[in-house]
Amino acid sequence: MLTTDEDILAKAEDWRKAGKAVAIATVVDTWGSAPRPVGSHLVIDEDGNFLGSVSGGCVEGEVVTEALDVIEAGKPKLLEFGVADETAWRAGLSCGGRIAVYVEKVD
Amino acid sequence: MRLNLLSALNEERKARRAAVLVTDLADGNQRLVRAAEVARDPLAEALDERLRMGKSGMIESGGKRYFLTVQAPPPRLIAVGAVHVSQALAPMAKLAGYDVTIVDPRTAFATPERFPDVRVIAEWPDKVLPDIGLDRYTAIALLTHDPKIDDPALNLALKAECFYIGALGSKKTHAKRLERLAVAGLSVQAARIHAPIGLDIGAVSPAEIAVSILGEIVLSLRKKPLRSEKDRAA
Repeated sequence: MLTTDEDILAKAEDWRKAGKAVAIATVVDTWGSAPRPVGSHLVIDEDGNFLGSVSGGCVEGEVVTEALDVIEAGKPKLLEFGVADETAWRAGLSCGGRIAVYVEKVD
Repeated sequence: MRLNLLSALNEERKARRAAVLVTDLADGNQRLVRAAEVARDPLAEALDERLRMGKSGMIESGGKRYFLTVQAPPPRLIAVGAVHVSQALAPMAKLAGYDVTIVDPRTAFATPERFPDVRVIAEWPDKVLPDIGLDRYTAIALLTHDPKIDDPALNLALKAECFYIGALGSKKTHAKRLERLAVAGLSVQAARIHAPIGLDIGAVSPAEIAVSILGEIVLSLRKKPLRSEKDRAA
């Protein structure tokens, strides 16, 4: 099923209320050609289940991994992805754009 | 994000009220500003502008970087007429992110079996539309071919802020419709009606007509400023 931003944030609330640790990742900035607009969400639970997207599937894996760190540490993180980024070889955007993703834990 | 903020944000969305979540990117501090509270907020001007555009984004103020998560209500489609075209239009519009409601007083047409997964109301439009509320995030498509059902809905829609009004029927049918609207004193407003309904893609089948209608609705939502915004700019 396709999910809307509405489903995504509602799911984050459901997961948290069910006692799971949850993180929300949000696209906060884009440069050049980026697959998902600013404001797009990806929500992640402590088991690595996720819903939504911050790119066309290019960096979701990396964001999920970082989100698990954020859940553990409790402090938000600002991530950047793109061809100029040193992580590009494993989690780059093939479209050549860059994005900034804010990852925060739901307390 | 605190859970109570997330709940409040989801609650505003459910109630179709706009809101902005303000995040200080340096320290993670957040606050939720409901549309009604924007004027009192220190960032009032920026929040108001973002809310009107319906776009999330980064701003700088007083040497700090804030991210504004702008939450405008999801667009809504009201189809008047539980007809064949509506059966194709409802799931397509739902997939495109619209809240879909079907209104038709004819109980043989307006059944949940014919319209799974969307709201179906077997009532006269003029009775239920005021309660549903025709706001500026609402599109309305009049699809019954029957003036007895379409016209009362059309009269209400023309007096409201709906971003899209479309009416099924040939040019001839529409000319007659315009005559009736003139009698009702709505000639000027009638220019807002998209008729014959839908983009001209040569649609023949009900599903193709639904595509042309949905395309026209997306065009109205995304390519033109919403009517109330134009009024404000003028």
